[in-house]
Amino acid sequence: MSSKQFIFGVLILASVSALAVGAQQNSTLATPATKHSAAQKQAARRQDEGERVFQQNCSRCHTAPEGFSPRISGTIVRHMRVRASLSQHDEEELLHFFNP
Amino acid sequence: MRLPSASAYLLEYFTPKGGDQSGYNHLHYIGLSYLQGAYVASHHFTIVAGDYLIPFNTYNDRLSPIWIGNYQDGPLIANLSYSSSGSGLGGMLRGNAIQRSKYSIDYSYYYSTRSANEQFTASRGSGGRASLYLPEQRLEAGLSYDRLLQGTHENFYGAHAWWEPKDTAFRLRSEFARGQHAEGYWVEADYRTRAFGGLDSLIGRIEPVFRMQQTFRRDTIVSDGLPPMNTQRAEFGFDYNLPHNTRIITSYARQFSSTGNENVWETGIVYRFLFPAWKGKQQ
Repeated sequence: MSSKQFIFGVLILASVSALAVGAQQNSTLATPATKHSAAQKQAARRQDEGERVFQQNCSRCHTAPEGFSPRISGTIVRHMRVRASLSQHDEEELLHFFNP
Repeated sequence: MRLPSASAYLLEYFTPKGGDQSGYNHLHYIGLSYLQGAYVASHHFTIVAGDYLIPFNTYNDRLSPIWIGNYQDGPLIANLSYSSSGSGLGGMLRGNAIQRSKYSIDYSYYYSTRSANEQFTASRGSGGRASLYLPEQRLEAGLSYDRLLQGTHENFYGAHAWWEPKDTAFRLRSEFARGQHAEGYWVEADYRTRAFGGLDSLIGRIEPVFRMQQTFRRDTIVSDGLPPMNTQRAEFGFDYNLPHNTRIITSYARQFSSTGNENVWETGIVYRFLFPAWKGKQQ
């Protein structure tokens, strides 16, 4: 592989990366416009906090697992507490995020 | 597996280990990837003991599980650390040294003893990793160091940089490793779009990936897992994330080396299931 071919490959990767980020930032996230009671708002805030913990820790390596029961989620989150050095607060928020 | 009555203890294992057989055959085996116990004193300080994945760079302990990796094969430099098995047998300390809203620094330090046991192969050595993470920028950078404490007492150095822009499903990861006789790097990008109904839509489940990697020999001694000659490899992958934790992983790679160029085609399906080995309490 010549150095010219290699530089060409890196340029393609950089171009694809820039296009991908640009396209994503232009897209809008669907947010349901629903009315919340105080309890619902609190639950939603907690869900947001759990999502924030997930985004800043777990999703750095992988996407969210689907369809696990609360008991199995507890095992997964305990595992991740060791792997990602999560606090007890983070662990609780993650559990709520997986099983609202 | 979780102990039922201890809120801060964790005993866990993972199996099987990945293999590198190629072609059609009937080979199969089962083995432990790790078997470790952990005591979580706080998120600043966790003690791990047993057979653990070495925290050198990021691939070995963070991306090597088959349900996480975007390719069936690990990067060429995956074996470039003090232990070619990727496992250590002994103790490890890890945790968050500093955690602020704008940044955090985490660390790992381990010491491994020598073992020739079939399931717990390990060399004597020690090392560690420190990483800085900026949550607003979603940027992570870290340094790793390993030292083999038997035989030739070689040193290994590593560095990684990851960028995962906020509110996107785009990831850019890279890693560099340097050993006594060879060095190399890889850069990987993957992307899923939310533009056509979100990540769980028909289109959103598609995940194109690209990885570029190069390895360089520093001398003629081939005592590590890297190719014997300087090698470049460009890999184009196309993964599909099915519901229920199932992924189809497909890739094509073109490898360039003075020993000959070659194509590498791979495809596979990964299904992740999990069941508790011990009845835990309801959270």
